[in-house]
Amino acid sequence: MRWMYHIGRYMRLLAKSFRKPEKFSVFKDLLLTELESIGLQSVGIVALLSIFMGAVICLQTAHQIGGWIPVYTIGFTVRQTMILEFSPTLIPVILAGKVGSNIASQIGTMRVTEQIDALDIMGVNSASYLILPKVVAGVFIVPFLVVLSMVLGVGAGAWIGVATGLSPLADFEYGMQVDFRVFDVLYALTKTVVFGFILTSVSAYHGYFAEGGALEVGKSSTKAVVWSVVIIMVSNLVLTQMLLN
Amino acid sequence: MIELQHLEKSFGDHHVLKDVSASFERGKVNFVIGRSGSGKSVMTKCTVGLIEPDQGRVFYDGRDFTSMSQQERKVIRQEIGMLFQGSALFDSMTVQENVEFPLRMFSDMSESERHDRAAACLERVELANASSRFPAECSGGMQKRVGIARAIAMNPKYLFCDEPNSGLDPQTAIVIDNLISDITEEYQITTVVVSHDMNSVMEASDTIHFVHQGRICWNGNREGLLEGGVKELEEFVFASDLMRKIRKTV
Repeated sequence: MRWMYHIGRYMRLLAKSFRKPEKFSVFKDLLLTELESIGLQSVGIVALLSIFMGAVICLQTAHQIGGWIPVYTIGFTVRQTMILEFSPTLIPVILAGKVGSNIASQIGTMRVTEQIDALDIMGVNSASYLILPKVVAGVFIVPFLVVLSMVLGVGAGAWIGVATGLSPLADFEYGMQVDFRVFDVLYALTKTVVFGFILTSVSAYHGYFAEGGALEVGKSSTKAVVWSVVIIMVSNLVLTQMLLN
Repeated sequence: MIELQHLEKSFGDHHVLKDVSASFERGKVNFVIGRSGSGKSVMTKCTVGLIEPDQGRVFYDGRDFTSMSQQERKVIRQEIGMLFQGSALFDSMTVQENVEFPLRMFSDMSESERHDRAAACLERVELANASSRFPAECSGGMQKRVGIARAIAMNPKYLFCDEPNSGLDPQTAIVIDNLISDITEEYQITTVVVSHDMNSVMEASDTIHFVHQGRICWNGNREGLLEGGVKELEEFVFASDLMRKIRKTV
């Protein structure tokens, strides 16, 4: 029954976080800082992973097709794989590791060094001050990172296909356009918004309730990553069933 | 004045506070002393609302803090300054920004007014030249002084200091003690200092409350402390050779 305690405490923390900020000017500054921290500072790792993912999918698909399967299948497969699953799911999982551990350790350190107590004693709603800007930034910026990942992944697939001679550019372009549905992108972005919320709020939860010292902050950071990934995966299954069927 | 009436607090089976009543006077440095684990930190946390007591009431100048809603408590919280054991300065902000923080959150001051007020507070604790440093670049004593500057930025009516001298050398500790005393008198604040440092108690206390096993066993002043009278108090106060020698000379 321990998990019910955590769900209840998580919900109460969210309720405390989603209150009107004390001062909008302060919230705006914090939001911009978080957009930079979660978004801009993650562009490099997202770009690197997406380029290699797109290129590898292209090579793997080319390796498996032959005979009667047309070459444009390579472009089709790279597009579908990147848009439907790799970008919207794997990028948030990577961000859960990079951003989630950062959020949990930052808030956890503030907890064990009494900085959160200092906020509370001043009369600041510490949950709203610390968590709301991170969650709003995550929900807003993660979809942009995922779109960037889709574009770079498909682009890298096209480049490696042409560079290795496995797929002429015209075939790849044709494959990219075959049976394209805008709904697939909307489905992917819907998932991404939910995953952005999960990875920021679950990590913040583990940091906010950290107790003890450096060791516990480290443990809370690990828990934040593990639970963010687990919840993202479960949500992925539920959302896919709801949205695609 | 701050009044505690019949505070009780338990964590599971562990009864930490047992019918604690005390009053802390305005314009005086009120010390709460006791051994580690005696309940003095829990008592302070109950007083400032970081922990809800199971029973009892806390009054700030006659205002019943315990029966207030969170929104109502905000008004009183803005009248409270607190100096933490580890200073609890915000790592990501400079010294200046730390002191400006409560002003930025709760006052309608312009940026230049906030800057001037923070500079005046830093001047008061003799840290005017450290405003652009980050807390990690400051010594322990400097961090405590920044903590005091932040605590007085909003002109508080009540100042709480949790182990203000822990980790400081004796000379710096005296500087902090004197600063707390001077500020208390200057601003006529109700100051509560939680400590087990007997040097600080002898240096800065106006009134003293001795907490033992969750109860206030004794209260009085420095002179009364040296007279002793209560067995637990004597064991605590005269645990060191130095204090025993002082008692003999007195």
